[in-house]
Amino acid sequence: MTTPERHSPAAPHGPHRHDPSLDSTEEAIEETVSAAGEGLILWPRLAAQAFVAMFVYLGEIVALLGQTLVALRRGVNVNDLVRQMSVIGVETVPIALMTVGFSGAVLALYSVDSLRRYGASNLVGGIVAIAIVRETGPILAGVVTAARAGSAMTAEIASMKVSEQIDALRTMAVSPISYLVLPRTLASFLVLPLLGILSNVAGVIGGSLVAAANGVPYTAYFNSIHLILWADGRDVTRGLFKTFFFGIIVALVGCREGLNTSGGAVGVGKSTTRCVVISIVLIFAANFFLSFLLFQSGLF
Amino acid sequence: MPDSPSQMSETPSQSVFPKIRVQDVHFAVDELEILKGISLEIAPGEILCVMGLSGAGKSTLTRCIAGLIRPTRGNILIDDDDISRMTEDQLLKIRAKIGVVFQYAALFDSMNVYENIAFGLLRGPMRQENRRLSKVALMRRVAELLHEVGLPGIEKRMPADLSGGMRRRVGLARALATNPEIVLYDEPTSGLDPVTGAAIDQLILSTRDRNGVTSVVVSHDMSSIYHIADRILMIYEGKKQILGTPKEIQETDDPIVRQFITGSVEGPINVKRR
Repeated sequence: MTTPERHSPAAPHGPHRHDPSLDSTEEAIEETVSAAGEGLILWPRLAAQAFVAMFVYLGEIVALLGQTLVALRRGVNVNDLVRQMSVIGVETVPIALMTVGFSGAVLALYSVDSLRRYGASNLVGGIVAIAIVRETGPILAGVVTAARAGSAMTAEIASMKVSEQIDALRTMAVSPISYLVLPRTLASFLVLPLLGILSNVAGVIGGSLVAAANGVPYTAYFNSIHLILWADGRDVTRGLFKTFFFGIIVALVGCREGLNTSGGAVGVGKSTTRCVVISIVLIFAANFFLSFLLFQSGLF
Repeated sequence: MPDSPSQMSETPSQSVFPKIRVQDVHFAVDELEILKGISLEIAPGEILCVMGLSGAGKSTLTRCIAGLIRPTRGNILIDDDDISRMTEDQLLKIRAKIGVVFQYAALFDSMNVYENIAFGLLRGPMRQENRRLSKVALMRRVAELLHEVGLPGIEKRMPADLSGGMRRRVGLARALATNPEIVLYDEPTSGLDPVTGAAIDQLILSTRDRNGVTSVVVSHDMSSIYHIADRILMIYEGKKQILGTPKEIQETDDPIVRQFITGSVEGPINVKRR
């Protein structure tokens, strides 16, 4: 009878996998108990590894930003910049308008009912506008850009990487940072606030349509926006300020994932998925810290 | 019994300062050592063919010479500059001396043939000077290069519309556009029909004869190698197995080299392991 192997923490099939070679119930129980114990030790280790990996990733993104800023000192090709602004902006606008427009409509739908109970349905416009300009507009503009333009950036650069086009650039003494990363990052940085403005307008209009359908006059809707939103006009600028960061996140993650692609067509697919997932997570994380700094810390 | 390296043409025949010096170059990825101490010198204008089994480290060596990857140990000198210790910015200047013809051409698929060939002129280190060129002068230069590689008049075509042989010839035209002093060819004739392969060989020779470029050609194609090589390097399991003239390679008693050049299954090379 052979002694059954204990699953190591790094076992590819996890600690609970049953070894069919076990020939007695006692051994099977012992194996399961032992594996469960190892699993308990495994979780903190995995959490620690994930934590370290997250910081390493953020470090890579910051390093890429540094290289991009160094490349910016040498100048940017205006044609490349305009082309990227067109790609990122024009193609993302319809999706951003629709998503934020419908979000504004839903916000109005929920809030008009609640406000009517307190006889304050005329304030729905201001409440919808605050939610849109502070959070929904900027966040959705970032997320939609990540999904539409960030994934396209990664797919394009990743295809260039696996077909040796990036190496070809380098052999022609053209820096991939200057040629690929800089125009995309700068374009995304400039376009996201514009997209944020359009998204905010779409959200407010979407809310106004639903509010009107629920008996709130347009004048009351827009008067309440004037009353609530412009009491502190900085809500709009603070919300749009966040989009600059979202733009940088989308472009840098998109380019980083593309430039680090390996493994042919499968690798291109994986990188594209990673780009969207990581961008969205980073946008939400950055949104939390920026919102705290801008709206809660009292520094701004 | 393998020939002693000292019996072979280990150094370039020309008594001139070497264009490329590879000194005890090692390259490893994680635990896997791909190059295990390769040393050689290549003279200006020489054509060195690098042969070896798949995975032996041929392409890795050329990528090290192109500065695309950094050796884990050892030095690579282009003229007198040690590129193995350079930053990416310093390397960009050295790469202006080097042209690379990739195995699958690596043409920019979003650009047409003209834009591909003109890219290095308009975006490379000489961009300031080249931007002063008129559009007509630039078009004339691209047309000349396409004529040299035997593909006149295809400026407007997209890479996706070209055959494999045409793509490689456009890749060669793109590599030559900036007048490099060194051209590295990664399996330029693999997968091509014999006639197109012979045309590529002719281009490699005429490029050397016309421009005096130093060439490193990675290839498995023995007839092509014998035709174009001044010297041949065989890499086996990451080490220099032999380095000599085509005649010396053909006459060697080294059983590994003999098995490789005859394409025999029987011999010291373990085919099953590969």
